[in-house]
Amino acid sequence: MPVHREIDIVAARREGRALASLLGFSSTEATLVATAISELARNIVLYAKQGEIVLGLLNDGNRRGVVVVARDEGPGIPDIPWAVADGRSTSGGLGLGLPGVRRLMDEFHIASEVGKGTTVVVKKWKR
Amino acid sequence: MLVPILKQRDYLIATIQAALTDEDLRLLRDGLVEQVGRYRSRGVIVDLTALDVMDSFAARTMRDLAHMTRFRGAEMVIVGIQPEVAFSMVQLGLTLEGVSTALDLEEGLAYLDRRGKAKRPGKSSMTAR
Amino acid sequence: MQSISRSTAQSSGDSSALLRELVAHLRQNRTGLREEWARRITEAKLLTAMTPEEIFAEATAVYDNYLEAVETGSIEALETYARSLSERIIPRGVETHEVLGIVLLLRDVLARSLFAKYPQDVTQLSRVLDVYEPAANRIANTVAVGFAHERERIIRQQQEAIRELSTPVLTVRNRLLILPMIGIIDPQRARQLTEQLLRAIRVNRAKVVVMDITGVPAMDATVANHLVQTVEASRLLGATVIVTGLSPEIAQTLVNIGVDLGKMTTVGDLQGGIEEAERLLGFKVVPVDEAAEQLKE
Repeated sequence: MPVHREIDIVAARREGRALASLLGFSSTEATLVATAISELARNIVLYAKQGEIVLGLLNDGNRRGVVVVARDEGPGIPDIPWAVADGRSTSGGLGLGLPGVRRLMDEFHIASEVGKGTTVVVKKWKR
Repeated sequence: MLVPILKQRDYLIATIQAALTDEDLRLLRDGLVEQVGRYRSRGVIVDLTALDVMDSFAARTMRDLAHMTRFRGAEMVIVGIQPEVAFSMVQLGLTLEGVSTALDLEEGLAYLDRRGKAKRPGKSSMTAR
Repeated sequence: MQSISRSTAQSSGDSSALLRELVAHLRQNRTGLREEWARRITEAKLLTAMTPEEIFAEATAVYDNYLEAVETGSIEALETYARSLSERIIPRGVETHEVLGIVLLLRDVLARSLFAKYPQDVTQLSRVLDVYEPAANRIANTVAVGFAHERERIIRQQQEAIRELSTPVLTVRNRLLILPMIGIIDPQRARQLTEQLLRAIRVNRAKVVVMDITGVPAMDATVANHLVQTVEASRLLGATVIVTGLSPEIAQTLVNIGVDLGKMTTVGDLQGGIEEAERLLGFKVVPVDEAAEQLKE
């Protein structure tokens, strides 16, 4: 899904919720996934202007889950440890919200290069 | 999608209908802040029963709205946050500090009524929450 | 009969013929072998929770499924049977070692019967065993693993049930919920508790929740953070949470992780908590009641 306007944020999280529900996620889990997608899509619109969100299904034999890939060719993040540091107060700002996303999901991976772009991959397994 | 703002007694009630874009939220915020003055409202209720995702932007807009409303001389209360949404919000670290909340529209109205009474002199038994 | 099948196998010598020979042997001696097996099970004091008749009935069923698996090479039917068998015997307290034991006994009984069948012909015996061994191992594995899986599934289910049971959300009076937490709280349980509580707040239209953690011996920083989140999420729904029964250790943890005490109402014990809750509810509800009473007077 391409993401570059604000309306795309709404579309992306709606898709995410639909996929999570399809997998049998509880309503709480589906909301966690949708919220994480919303934050990731927002980061793209806010910082990179343009990018994409890709949703996929996971199956490792025992568990099923959802994977969300948020990719952009924006400015990149110079200090990744700082950006994902888990301070308990995200003090409401329009921060990157990455620590929050990490708390919402089960797995969190990030790769970023200044001037090249950022890719965030998050996973949530069905309980 | 524009959020309808209803006027009831000296309160304004905004009921969110579905998934909102950031622009909708900004329009809602500006509309409410403007109308509080125009109708000399004492209270504002934002009903989020139908909202299925509250992310950092929505939470920040709600907090700003509550503060702006207060500067304009009215109380604001958010009602109807769904359990799943509340759960996600706290995981994300969004706690709407300093913003009043109530279970639903009925409770929100009762809350504003109490606040209204508490402000009047001679009814000092009511301490503001 | 024996001599005929032996000669056929010798002439062809390929494994499918050997397999046919093996199956024919197991089929012919079905009655004797499964009796022998059941006898050995009883003798080894396995499946003591079951009556001899039950053992014999299950032995027959396993034997037939076993035979089918050897014959067709497909273990699906056996898997299904192993699962239903496990479902039946686990609640009766049958242990993993017993299931392993009976499967190994069946292997032994059948192998011995093959030794008896080819007392002279060592070459043919070893050929038949070459076909028999992998099949038998695979089958033993299927049954034992099926049992272990079923056991794990039941244990998980029971843990879930215990979790649900161990933390009831009690409605004490209108708009007041009590959540007595007992035992070790891990992150998963903390999460479940929060979800449960939030739903209960909504359903019961609760305004105040008393969360009593007297029965929680310890809490690490992660769980303490969950506790704080539970309080915050409840507030978002419009309910106030009063936490009672904080032990000195847990108080220490909360201080260490830097919990903002302004966000949390704490009262020493459950009784105090309920009093505080009633005060909170009262100061919202009572004036109206009093007004009504005053009107009556």
